[in-house]
Amino acid sequence: MMANRFALAGGGAFNQPMTNDNLGGLLMGGTQIQPTRYVLSGSNLANLAPVRKAGTPTTDITNVLSGDFNNMGVPGAKSFHLLANGYGNVAGVSVGAANPYFVRFASDPNTSIIVDAVAQDPSFFSLWIGNNDVLSFATSGGVGVDQSGNFDPSTYGPNDITDVNVFGSVYQTLLGQLTANGAKGVVMNLASVTTIPYFTTVPHNPIPMDAATATAVNGQYAAYNGAVAAFLPPAEAAQRTINFVAGQNAVIIEDESLTDLTGSGLPSIRMATANDLIVLPASSVIGTLADPANPASVIGVGVPLADQWVLTEDEVGMVATAQAGYNATITALASANPDVIMVDVEAMMQQIANGGIAYDGGVITSTYASGGGFSLDGVHPTARGYALIANAIIEKMNMTFGGTIPMVNPGTYPTVYLD
Amino acid sequence: MKKLLSFVLFFLVGSMVYAGGYRVAIQGQRQLAMGHTGVAVISSAESVFFNPASMSFLDGKMNFSLGVSGILSETVYENQQYGIEARTDNPLGTPFGAYATYKVNEHLSFGLAIYTPYGSAVEWEKDWAGSHLVNNIDLKAIFFQPTVAVKVSDNLSIGAGFIYASGSVIFNRNINRTLSDTNGNRANITIEEKGITATGYTIGVMIKPIDNLNIGFNYRSKVSMEVKGGDATFENVPAPLNAIDTKFDSSLPMPAETTIGMSYQYKEKLTFAFDYNLTEWSEYDALTIKLESDPNNPSVNLRNYKDSNTYRFGLEYKATQKITARAGYYIDESPVQDGYFAPETPRNDSVGYTAGLSYQVNSKLSIDASFLYLQFDEIDNSYDYYMEGGVAVPFAGTYKSSVIAPGIGVSYKL
Repeated sequence: MMANRFALAGGGAFNQPMTNDNLGGLLMGGTQIQPTRYVLSGSNLANLAPVRKAGTPTTDITNVLSGDFNNMGVPGAKSFHLLANGYGNVAGVSVGAANPYFVRFASDPNTSIIVDAVAQDPSFFSLWIGNNDVLSFATSGGVGVDQSGNFDPSTYGPNDITDVNVFGSVYQTLLGQLTANGAKGVVMNLASVTTIPYFTTVPHNPIPMDAATATAVNGQYAAYNGAVAAFLPPAEAAQRTINFVAGQNAVIIEDESLTDLTGSGLPSIRMATANDLIVLPASSVIGTLADPANPASVIGVGVPLADQWVLTEDEVGMVATAQAGYNATITALASANPDVIMVDVEAMMQQIANGGIAYDGGVITSTYASGGGFSLDGVHPTARGYALIANAIIEKMNMTFGGTIPMVNPGTYPTVYLD
Repeated sequence: MKKLLSFVLFFLVGSMVYAGGYRVAIQGQRQLAMGHTGVAVISSAESVFFNPASMSFLDGKMNFSLGVSGILSETVYENQQYGIEARTDNPLGTPFGAYATYKVNEHLSFGLAIYTPYGSAVEWEKDWAGSHLVNNIDLKAIFFQPTVAVKVSDNLSIGAGFIYASGSVIFNRNINRTLSDTNGNRANITIEEKGITATGYTIGVMIKPIDNLNIGFNYRSKVSMEVKGGDATFENVPAPLNAIDTKFDSSLPMPAETTIGMSYQYKEKLTFAFDYNLTEWSEYDALTIKLESDPNNPSVNLRNYKDSNTYRFGLEYKATQKITARAGYYIDESPVQDGYFAPETPRNDSVGYTAGLSYQVNSKLSIDASFLYLQFDEIDNSYDYYMEGGVAVPFAGTYKSSVIAPGIGVSYKL
């Protein structure tokens, strides 16, 4: 979008490593390694549901594209990945040392993203990196490790939180290389996970129950409730007491931060609170039977919702601390460089999540599927959402660098696709 | 199903038809060259259109005129806020006129006119910024008009004609600003109907109060083109919307036109003519399209046209026995009001400059040529009645339009 606007002001061609088809998804040597994209499918407007688009991808990452690409965005890349040599080496994909999207357009298997970017001697760049440094931890329900204090990213797992100092040092290196030849650029800070529908769509209390059922279920937890009251200090005992009532009820979740009483046969479980974020894919798990033969094994009621489906309050805290640290770094580094402007995407996403942002056809919100701001994965903006960000960038560029680059009209960009 | 159609209709809010002048005032090579004056000009069989009464005063026993023009038109749309520019790639328009008169006796004349007073062909780049209002439109209408004139006295004639009109329309636009299939092919609807028929009439009076001065009056009635059961075809609409091709009903007025004018001949060589047209565009207040599959939720598209005035001035100079030169000028007011300026209506107030020549091959046959240059004022305006999700989304911009129309014809007199 931005390149299209820049072209009106004399900007040149903008090459992108587009996929081979409109299905999305990737193949590696003929084997599918990434699913196709999400579409909203149904027989009519009343029964739409997000599904993966039917079909087999035709974009094979072993067919490496040649030439320079102006769009160097690599889905899933974390900050330190941009500096990693071999991140585009097909041999590294299966062990997680390389990224299939970069494999497809890396100039050489051993190059890095930043080397390929700087080699094009850009006069202007945009850098939006760091989301994945916390996002993979968050979307996986916090199954990874908060690596704060560990300065060696090569030891990190895929779902870990990057240490804020590692992030800072990487970011400084990236900006230094991008601006070395005098290029101007824009950087964007990172949105809070509490503003994206992946974490805000499924409520903590999705379980409806009548009084009789509540009483029956509570009966099954009477022993557990009695035990935690006996073993634990009152505060944690209260936190862990299971109590269903008539009406909407919170799901029962696993929480590894609870005092470990598994040795005594007590699971580390409690009822979720509004401060726990249930991830979007949990919507297809909650309320189903863990054991189809056992009607008492309703997930979230008789069986706790597993760690991967919940970003617990503690984990939310870890994510927020890291994100705040990254954003402080981005702000500090951007303000120290007169050639670099920063766009506050965090604030924009807050606004989209809290009331929305008006456009000429209504209001763009973060409501899943229908809000217009986010695509069906619940994480990435729609084209219309990106248009808002593009406008914020253009506006700031015009203000800072004194240009008159035209805006885009968000209302003319699509949101989610029906199929 | 109902839901879907409401949804589709909901977006069907631009206009079906090019307007603001889907009146095409090119009804004769000789008269067009004189600024399309003619209600008080006695020159050729073209009079059957301009004023049936004037047939009585034509020279020959029989008169024929046949002519065609080629309309080359272009509109450029710009929106500076979003850096958008788009231009039309309109097909060549070919309005024609064929006229014949036969003088039965001193007092009674018959005539026949076949002409194309309304029509439009506008073709924007597919999926352009205003594609939710129109991608392309092709509107055609042919009028067949048997006519009679009675000469009451040497100073007065009256005439009348019956109009049988036959027309067709093809119109395509996108369903809204973004809807597409998963490959990004924009969802669109085409409305098409051929063989639409309608009737009307024309009456005229010609007075010659003194030598060299003619005063003419002509009224051509409204002709209402009613579509019943035209084809509505959907393309690239995602499956959950269940868009099924259906039939549509609609109607489009070809408004009444009243003309008064005069001509004055000076020393046999020079003729000056003035016409005033009042076109009753206020007839066109909304375009309503009803899909057969959802008849209770018609799409009502506001047009709110106003009556418009046209002032025409023409000169004819008989330079030699063989050569007659003509020139003209007219001011044509747009019927489109502020806020109703839609891209299938890219016509603003305009000024027309005309010129032409006739070459008299022999006493019977002449070759007539004309040229029209129509310059529209550049205009910043918008169409404010396109709705999306219950919200009006104006489509605004700057429009620059121009038309050139060279034409050629023959006149034959027996």
